[in-house]
Amino acid sequence: MSNRVSVLLFGITREIVGSPALTLDLPQTGQVGDLLFHLKEQYPALNGLRSLLVAVNGEYAETDQALRPNDEIALIPPVSGG
Amino acid sequence: MVSITTDPIDMNAAYQYVATDAAGAITFFFGTVRDNTKDRPVERLEYEAYDRMALAKMQEIADEACQRWDVRKYAIIHRKGNLAIGEMAVLIAVATPHRADAFDACRYIIDTLKQQVPIWKKEIFEDGQVWVDAHP
Repeated sequence: MSNRVSVLLFGITREIVGSPALTLDLPQTGQVGDLLFHLKEQYPALNGLRSLLVAVNGEYAETDQALRPNDEIALIPPVSGG
Repeated sequence: MVSITTDPIDMNAAYQYVATDAAGAITFFFGTVRDNTKDRPVERLEYEAYDRMALAKMQEIADEACQRWDVRKYAIIHRKGNLAIGEMAVLIAVATPHRADAFDACRYIIDTLKQQVPIWKKEIFEDGQVWVDAHP
């Protein structure tokens, strides 16, 4: 069984992927680290960023956090507000 | 009060909002659009926000400031969209009984906002564009 998640993209990650969001099939046991691994493989330019974090339901997530289909997931490149 | 807006930031409205008889001090910080980065002329900035999370983080920072200092009223307003040179990108206002808390809380809020809040700016130069701090 697959675990299809959608990911919101902002700033430079939106430009690298060429879209404000994407969907991805992860293993049922998919974690934040798996998501990052797949995306960096698919979009190598992500590896050149100073940092790349993942937010799950509005909170910064650790790489071992499990992902579920209804989570609101976002890639967070280095922030530069202010 | 925390907010993200595409409209120009109204500093007078923010002042009216934070003014309180309990305050002996009000500090303001304005972040404005500079006309250059390392002497390279900047034409304008584009700001983008993950609104839902950015507002939640701004509120967390405000709540933490209220825990650490005697903050009676505050306003944290960030603008997004296209900003011209000289325009205000962010406003922090803090009202406290005494000035030391107002300075310290204001400094904490802007410094932490810049580290944690998911907002991004792109510098538009005459001959290119750069997402600020994206690359090492």
